[in-house]
This record gives sequence, structure tokens and C-alpha cells, in this order.
Amino acid sequence: MPRVVIPVRCVKTDMRMPVPDTPTIARRQQIVGALRRIVPDGVIADEAAMRPYECDGLAVYRQIPLVVVLPSTVEQVSAILRYCNANNVKIVPRGAGTSLSGGALPLADAVTIGLGRFNRILEIDWDNRCVVAQPGVTNLAITNAVQHRGFYYAPDPSSQIACSIGGNVAENAGGVHCLKYGLTTNNVLGLQIVLPDGEVVRVGGRHQPEGEGYDLMGLLTGSEGLLGIVTEVTVRILRKPETVRAMLMGFASNEAAGDAVAAIIGAGVVPAGLEMMDRLAIHAAEEFVHAGYPLDVEALLIAELDGPQAEVDYLVERVAAIAARCGAACVRVSASEDERLRFWAGRKAAFPAVGRISPDYLCMDGTIPRRRLAEVLARIRALSEKHGLRVANVFHAGDGNLHPLILFDANRPGELERAEEFGADILRLCVEVGGVLTGEHGVGVEKRDLMPVMFDEVDLEQQQRVKCAFDAGGLLNPGKVFPTLHNCAEMGRLRVSGGQLPFPDLPRF
Amino acid sequence: MQTSFTPDQLRDPAITAADEILRKCVHCGFCTATCPTYVLLGDENDSPRGRIYLIKDMLENDRPASDAVTRHVDRCLSCLSCMTTCPSGVNYMHLVDVGRQRIARTGRRSAADRLLRWLLARVLPSPERFRLALLGARMARPFAAFLPGRLKALVKLVPPAARTAILEPRVFPAEGVRRRRVALLAGCVQQVLDAEINAATIRLLTKHGCEVVVAEGAGCCGALAYHLGREEEALAGVRSNVRAWIRERTARGLDAIVINASGCGTMVKDYGFLLRNDPELAPGAAEVSALARDVTEVLAAVGLKAAVAGAGTTVAYHDACSLQHGQGVREAPRLLLQGAGFEVRDVPEGHLCCGSAGTYNILQPELATRLRDRKAANVDGVGADVVAAGNIGCILQLAPAIGRPLVHTVQLLDWATGGPRPRVLDQANWLN
Ligand SMILES: Cc1cc2nc3c(=O)[nH]c(=O)nc-3n(C[C@H](O)[C@H](O)[C@H](O)COP(=O)(O)OP(=O)(O)OC[C@H]3O[C@@H](n4cnc5c(N)ncnc54)[C@H](O)[C@@H]3O)c2cc1C
Ligand code: SF4
Ligand code: SF4
Repeated sequence: MPRVVIPVRCVKTDMRMPVPDTPTIARRQQIVGALRRIVPDGVIADEAAMRPYECDGLAVYRQIPLVVVLPSTVEQVSAILRYCNANNVKIVPRGAGTSLSGGALPLADAVTIGLGRFNRILEIDWDNRCVVAQPGVTNLAITNAVQHRGFYYAPDPSSQIACSIGGNVAENAGGVHCLKYGLTTNNVLGLQIVLPDGEVVRVGGRHQPEGEGYDLMGLLTGSEGLLGIVTEVTVRILRKPETVRAMLMGFASNEAAGDAVAAIIGAGVVPAGLEMMDRLAIHAAEEFVHAGYPLDVEALLIAELDGPQAEVDYLVERVAAIAARCGAACVRVSASEDERLRFWAGRKAAFPAVGRISPDYLCMDGTIPRRRLAEVLARIRALSEKHGLRVANVFHAGDGNLHPLILFDANRPGELERAEEFGADILRLCVEVGGVLTGEHGVGVEKRDLMPVMFDEVDLEQQQRVKCAFDAGGLLNPGKVFPTLHNCAEMGRLRVSGGQLPFPDLPRF
Repeated sequence: MQTSFTPDQLRDPAITAADEILRKCVHCGFCTATCPTYVLLGDENDSPRGRIYLIKDMLENDRPASDAVTRHVDRCLSCLSCMTTCPSGVNYMHLVDVGRQRIARTGRRSAADRLLRWLLARVLPSPERFRLALLGARMARPFAAFLPGRLKALVKLVPPAARTAILEPRVFPAEGVRRRRVALLAGCVQQVLDAEINAATIRLLTKHGCEVVVAEGAGCCGALAYHLGREEEALAGVRSNVRAWIRERTARGLDAIVINASGCGTMVKDYGFLLRNDPELAPGAAEVSALARDVTEVLAAVGLKAAVAGAGTTVAYHDACSLQHGQGVREAPRLLLQGAGFEVRDVPEGHLCCGSAGTYNILQPELATRLRDRKAANVDGVGADVVAAGNIGCILQLAPAIGRPLVHTVQLLDWATGGPRPRVLDQANWLN
């Protein structure tokens, strides 16, 4: 079925959202009233106050929501979903709004449910080494809550200061330490979620899941708010390694740094993190954190090694030797915990720090085979000249996840379009060298229309059957992830009784 | 971030400044999580990123301030935690001031609200008027329970007894060899409420070789009025301060302008920006800002004498927002206290404001009290003998909620280097 589309107030040129449902918009007052009865002190219906909700971390896509509601209890979330389900109203979940793929982009005919009030840590279970948190708790707050006893939560997205653990689950967020400790999905033990019909269910628990039955945890982690609303998260915490040291290694060329990455991994060393930044990114980050990054190099590698003291000492030496062999211009090893944290602070602030040198940027997210790194960077440089726009590269070098930041000025007519073309060229390049279109920022709306490049029709249909199993009405976060949302009945998932669909008037696109 | 101001709008220097700031924000959201009001309320509108958005919308569309903008900007503490967090270097302080002025001009406020704001802006900056008002308020204290919300907050903030001593212009000579000549901002509220802070500052500076002058014609720094959106009133005070200090500097020389209330320090350090378009005073204002120092910055530069008292006392150091976020001064006070033999402990959630924030505890008593209680629990949890802070506002705000004595950092440093032991320590009979 062809998708009917109209442009919403999106600056980006080629992205289309589903047609807003006019009858729903006409019922707005009624919907607002119903939500007020559920959450008396948490409904935002005033246009001026809804505007700050019009976008997430990907600010080039914007849309004022139908209404915003800020529940603070699971019962309220459940009641909202029950109401929306019964009245055929769409819903967009929102955590901290740091998504870079537009996952929390509102719809004109959907209720945005903000989970910012769910910001309490419910329990620290030291015996089982896990933390039970509400979904709006920030990623960093979990580590902060347990570090006085020597524990931490391993996945550390660069946005960890602000992004919510619920959003991390929804996006299966990664971080600089995922090379060794895995993504969110490897560190979540249990979830409470509210299903589209308002039912509250628990999945997993406080232990590593057994290998039986469906891997529902795996399914829900990374589901981008399409299957249910996460209202509680149980994560595993780890004991801090005995010794942790970070190293800065500067190189005169991207190629040399790329070779060093390949050589380190090739030598069988598994660093806790292995990151790369190029000149522009180094300068922007250094200006903010004063971490002591070398400013006269083209590329910087940050490697972290952890474990028992003797092992770390040995590995630091080995990595330093490999770097030297690859022509490192300088190598610095953190001498204190403070210094180590500063090394990382620069890397973690690198995206927004780029705001110091450019008013706008598009953050790309692709994955390439590590060994093609130097070549890809050289070609991105050539593309940068072709499009006449600067690019800053920040790279999870250890696992091949590349984040080129295309710098542009949205106030200059035509630059956004050029930036978008540049972005598409980069993603095509990733695919060409044998990589994929997504790393860790999710599909959202940003990469939605590129899904067919990676998946064929059969794959996509199978994925949508999962969606239908949870959300037959297609009410949760529609317009995200899937380029074409088939209606569930069409795919044989809905029982058609008496020739009637359960929701005959549901607009399907 | 994209902005859409017309060339016409951009002719207003306030709008040009706002545009430059807005362009820097990349909407990453890092600042939300360290904003006290977002932490309490969980609404994007009560976060820095949300406020930036609200202000942008109001300015771009040349709209009168909507109730939403007024409500959410009023809730902002101006603690500037967001500026410490922002990797992109967004100057939220200057943006919110533009927003506040627009709100003061175009927003709708109740008559009671306007009256309260007028009162605060008139009374607080003048030590004389404030002293009289205090007398009145102290008489009203027993009746606080019967007063409406915000008046009650105001009256309750008044400490039952205050040691007032208003500093007249004069010179306090350095002991021994003179190493520096500094002007002290005598302050407004502080000298009425706790004269001990200025006294300790002067003792401390003079015994460390600094000649201290209270310059003729220098008065309130202007921050209180400015943050209430009363630009003209505030700038009048700013101008007379700049004139006073430049006069003093030209006549007898000044190495620094010392401020011991960090809220005022942030303001004085910003004079250069505030008067950037003043044809007459722009260079002088820039010079004043360049000379402005928190008292701990000056002491760190001259070096502290060997300590003779206080060793081993544990001190919970409370970072005043204006000091940590406004001026980026975090290390100097800690190192000085440590150097004087105190055992310094950090307070968890130190980046979160205590709710004092100038007149915030009077205008937004409910949020201020929640922040105060949260801060008090964190401070008490540290279990130190005494709490030190670099700002009178925090001291007044926290004193009623904290179960241990609270002093200005200079009082401890003064004591350690031979000055009198802070009286609150004895009153509380905390240390034997
Ligand atoms: C500067 C910067 C750096 C970043 N670095 C990284 C990085 O290193 N690694 C990385 O993986 N990501 C990174 N991100 C992306 C982003 O921070 C993550 O995707 C994060 O997990 C989003 O969390 P959030 O709370 O902000 O979610 P939001 O942006 O609010 O929402 C994201 C998606 O999750 C859904 N959602 C949110 N909460 C819930 C819930 N409780 N239940 C169901 N669905 C929900 C939303 O509908 C949306 O689809 C970065 C972002 C920025 C701005
Ligand atoms: S941290 Fe800075 S750039 Fe990011 S949203 Fe806040 S103000 Fe904007
Ligand atoms: S100044 Fe403080 S209260 Fe205001 S937005 Fe920034 S962090 Fe929040």
C-alpha cells in the first residue's frame, strides 16, 4: 500500500511523516480534558509551553505535539495508554530528548508522554549487584549512586550526563566502554513496561536471563518506543576494575592512527575503550575541558586499559609500543583518576563542543570494517571538499562505529541541503566499503527511509509482525523506524471477525 | 541552532547578543540534567534547553511574554549550573537577562507580584532602607504564620538577630609591608545581616599585606535589580561603581577589587559586558571587570600565613553557585582551607543550588524550600564540624535547615591565621 505523506514542519527536505489524523486533532479539547483527569498537574496544552518539546537532539526535525503529558506514576502511564488505546490516539514516548535520530520527534496528532518525572532510583541491591531505577533517571546518576562503594554502570553514552536509562533501553545505547563491556542490552537485567493497552508487565528480573523461551528483553531493548513504555529498569552494576589507565596517542595522519587501531586490535589487546578524534574535534573538545590533548596532531587515539595493576602496566606498555611503531607523535598515560576522567570528558563532550566552531552540525552514525578506516576518512575528506562543508570526525574506533559531524550554518540558505547530501554520500560510502547504516543512535526518523538499503522486504515485514504482536493499532511512536507501515491485518496478524477490523477507522499508512 | 531574526530586529544590541548565544546552542540537552528546576520538576520547560527555546520563540516573533515564558523563566534560579555543563559555550546568563528584561516590559504579572518585586529592588540594595525594613520585619516575625505565602517567606528569612555595621568609605592599612592595594565592595545586604564577614575579610586581607579601601561612591553591585529585570535601575548603580573604582585607581592605584559575596562577584566581573555599548564608561567597566576577584582568589595569589588555630576541624565546603558556576572558582577556597589545616569535605550534588539565588527564596518559596532541604540533607550527611560557604545568600538560606554551624570561608581562614574564633562555633557549642 502506498504511503500517503505530507510534509510536516520539518526543515529537512526529504523526510515525510504520516498524515496527521484530522478527527483526532478535532477532538483535542476532549483528549486534553481526559489526560487532565489522569494527571491533574502534568498536562501541557499551551502552545508556547509545548514548543520546547517540538524536537529532541536532532533539532532539524520539528513538530509541535498534540499535547504533552508528564505522568509520575506507573498507574498514570497505564491509564494514559488505556485511554489512548480505547480512543485511538497515538503516543510518542520521550525520555531526556537527546536522541540523535529523531526518535522522540512529536506528531501533530499524538500525545507526547514525557518521563522526566520518573527520576528516582528505587533500589540498590548490593547482593545481586543491580540497581532498580525509574526510566527518567540519567545514565550517569546510576553510576553516581553506587560509586562510593566501588561500583559503576558500564554502558556510558557520551550523553550520559543527561540521557535517561529508559531512553538507553529504547535505543540500546552504546558508549565508549562498550568495546569490552557491551551495549545496554548486555547490561539490562529486567524491565517493567506498559503495553499499548495499558497492561503493566515485567520482563526479566535481577539475574542474567536463562537461555530459554523468547528473548523478550533482547526484543524490547532497542525497540525505540514502538512496543511499550518502559517504566522501570533493572541494570547490572560492575565492580570498578582494580586499575584503570587511559592513554592519549597523537598521530600526524588519520591513516597512521587507523593503522594503530588495527594493530592494537590485531595484537589481541581488548581495551576497555578505543576512541579516535580528528583535528577539528580535538580542538573543539580541548577548548571546553582543557584535558591536555595535543593540538598539533591530525588524529588522536584515546585508549583505556583496565584490570589488575600488573596486567594494566603490561598492556599500557604494549599499546605504547604499537603506537610508536605506527609513528605516534606523542603518547601520554593518565597519572591520576582525575586526569583519566579529563581525558574522557573531552571525548564525551566532543559533539556539543563542536558547537563552539560551528552553529549547526549533522551527526552521522555509520559502521565500517575497522581495516577500511583510513581509506574511509580520506574519502570523507574528499567529499568534504566536494560539498564545501567542514567535517569533524569522532569515532568509536575499537568497534568501527563512525560519527562524522558535518558542520554547517542553518541560517545560510542551501547549507542544510548540502549537509544532507553530504550525509547521504557518507552513508553510501559506509555501505560500499562493507559497513552498515546504523551504529548506536537508532533508526528513528533519521535513517528510517534508508532501512530498505539494509533490509529486504521479507526482513522488514518480519520485523513489523513483531510490532503488530505488541501494538496492533499502530499507536505507539508511529512514523519511526519503518519506512512503510503495513497495517497489521494486511499481514495476517489481526483476526478479522465478521469482516470487521478491530479499528476500522484507523488511518493506515 | 537555526535562528530567524530580521535585519531590523538585529539592530537592537540586545537581540544581536541573544542571536549570537542562540546560534551556539546545539540542542544536545546536556544541561538539562544539572539544572535544579529540571531535577525537581522534570519538565523540559523548566530546563535550560527549554528556557532557551521559550526565550528564542518570544524574541524571534517579537511577542509579548506569554504566561508560559514568564512562569518558567521566573522559576530559573540563575544558578548557572547550565553554563558549567554546556560544552558548546552557550552564555545562558546573558540570554536569560535579555529574556527577563523583555518579560519585565511585556509580561503580565499580578499587582501583588509587581509590588513585591518593586519592594525588593528598592529596599535590598540600600543598606539604610534595608536596615529599617528589617526592624519592621523582625517585629512581624511572630505573625509570620498569618502572612500570605511569599510575604511569609520574606519575613521568615530575616534572622532573629543580626550584627549590622555599615562600612563608611575609608582605608584600612596593610600590616607590615604593603603587597597589594585592593578595593573592597562593601556590599548591601551582607553588611546589614552579618557584619562579621566584612570584618573578617578586612582583618584577613590586611594581615596578609593588603591595604583595603572602601571607595567613596561605590555601593550595591546592582545584581538584585538586574536579575529582577530592572535594567535601568541596575545600570545606574553599575555606572556609579565603575566611576568610583576608576577614580580610586587613577588617584591611588588598585591591584584588585575584592568581593566577598560571590553573587556580587559574578555581577562585577560582568560589568564590562553590561556597559559594552556605553560610550563613556565601556573601557572603565572592562577594566573593573578585569580587576574583580573573589576574596579567595586574592588570598590564593598572596599565599596564606602559617595556621595557628583550627587544625583538624572538619569543614563541609558548600559551593555557592555564583562562585562555582558564575566565576568558575572551585579550587581556591578548598586549597586555602586545606592549607590552613582544615579537613575539607565535598558535599554530594554540590552542583545543585541551595535555592537562595538572590531574591529567589522570596519569589519562589516553594521550590527554594525544596532545594534548601535537599541541600541541607546532603550537607548534614557529610557529617563535618562546620560548614563554609562564600556567599551570604547561601548562609542565610541554609542556616535554619542545617544542624551545624555555618560560616563564611573567610571567617575560618581569619580564625586559623590568628583572628577571633567565629562566634557561631561557640554559640552552637559544637567544638570544645
Ligand atoms: C551529544 C550527544 C552524544 C551522544 N552520544 C551517544 C553515544 O555515545 N552512544 C549512544 O548510544 N547514543 C548517544 N547519543 C544519543 C542518545 O543520547 C541516546 O540515544 C539515548 O539513549 C537517548 O536517551 P533519551 O533519554 O534522551 O531518549 P529520547 O531522546 O527522549 O528518546 C529516544 C527514543 O526512546 C524512546 N523512549 C524514551 N524513553 C522511553 C521509555 N521510557 N519507554 C519507551 N520508549 C522510550 C523515544 O520514544 C525515542 O524513540 C548521544 C546524543 C547526544 C545529543
Ligand atoms: S548544553 Fe549547551 S548546547 Fe547543549 S542544549 Fe544546553 S545550552 Fe544548548
Ligand atoms: S541558571 Fe540554573 S535554574 Fe536557570 S536554567 Fe540554568 S541551571 Fe537551570
